[in-house]
Amino acid sequence: MAAGAAIEFQQVARRFGPRWALGGITLSVQAGEGLMLTGHNGSGKSTLLRCLATALKLHHGEIRVDGQDLWANRHSLRSRIGFLSHAGYLYDDLSGADNLRVWARLGGITADPHALLERVGLPPKRLDPVRTYSAGMRRRLALARLMLQTPSIVLLDEPYTALDADGRKLVTEIAVTLRESGATLFMATHLVAYASEACDRHITLLDGKLVGDEPLEKR
Amino acid sequence: MIRQTGAVLYKELLTELRQPSRISGIFFFALALVLLVGVASPSGVVLQKMAAATLWLGLMLASTRSLDQSYQVELEHNALEGMVLWPVDPRSVYYGKALANTLMLLLVCIALTPLVLAMCDAGIEGDPLYFIALLIAGCAGLAAPGTLFGLITGQARGSSVLLPLLLFPLVVPMLLAGARGTMLVMEGGPAAEMEAPGWLRVLVVFNLLHWSLGGLFYGYIIEDG
Repeated sequence: MAAGAAIEFQQVARRFGPRWALGGITLSVQAGEGLMLTGHNGSGKSTLLRCLATALKLHHGEIRVDGQDLWANRHSLRSRIGFLSHAGYLYDDLSGADNLRVWARLGGITADPHALLERVGLPPKRLDPVRTYSAGMRRRLALARLMLQTPSIVLLDEPYTALDADGRKLVTEIAVTLRESGATLFMATHLVAYASEACDRHITLLDGKLVGDEPLEKR
Repeated sequence: MIRQTGAVLYKELLTELRQPSRISGIFFFALALVLLVGVASPSGVVLQKMAAATLWLGLMLASTRSLDQSYQVELEHNALEGMVLWPVDPRSVYYGKALANTLMLLLVCIALTPLVLAMCDAGIEGDPLYFIALLIAGCAGLAAPGTLFGLITGQARGSSVLLPLLLFPLVVPMLLAGARGTMLVMEGGPAAEMEAPGWLRVLVVFNLLHWSLGGLFYGYIIEDG
């Protein structure tokens, strides 16, 4: 795992049509920190993560990763960012192992898809297509896909969605492992009890603005 | 870039292999059209003359189905965005998808050509190598701009209607050259020997233009899409 990255958000703003989803976020994140993002639906958590993933271009402000402008250097910095999005980035017609094989090939990564599937609690030899999977199984597969990479910045957008209690524990375990290996973590969630295990800072958003930034006490 | 292009091509072919109903659907779509032309044609001689045009018409319509479907797979779980962020070079995404679309059209072509020849009672009197070269260049010439425009229309509502609206005016010169060249090769004789290489050159130039421009613009479109 690569060392974590220091990230600076300077007046970061993004709008969709006339509505500003992010209204000028300024935030400084140390390398290796774990941030939990909370806030009501539509508060801007996912937009912030998608901007950091370079899936969305900023309309104002800038994000700097280790001093480099993120958007200007996106082609080189993207390989350092691992993003678990709502969408999952899966191919419905392929099996779980096929999906991992495809993504490994695309990234030039050598990995054992069966071992990864076992790690996330999916039957490794299952050949049926992803379209037959439940929502929770898809989420687990998306997690396995994320684990193919060795990112220094990990972005988890609602990682606990659709998962059972075991699945939620698994997400926390993986997040803690990633933190221990030095990655900087951003986790957008409503499940504070689970996420606080893996994070040490709590950021609260309200209507696209940063309204809370406090350290998290470890239980 | 070459490794990533190979990986995108592998992904496209694996997806088609796992869901063979897609390619067979495209083939039957083209076949239905060819049969309709055959049934509606007034006489055997006219039908023979129309064989090349019928084949190209079938390919053109099959291409819109094929290109549209190739993006539906990407949009189900936003996998196209996943590829960009992975990161995969957008040119690799373009060339991998365009190559896969060319192969799909060639498969349709391989299945459709003998049927058209049999239905129209036509043969290949000229050099069969020219016939094959014209069809390969035609399939590639449909796939290259189609892969670019498929990206633009794929995310729009009613993409299956929008794609032909944008694509057909652009590929008309290529289709005319392909149909004319193929007809000459089918008829054989000195006209085929003299003119067919010229029509093939038109297709090659068309391909060079679109394969280059597609690779150039795909990155801009995918990032701003």
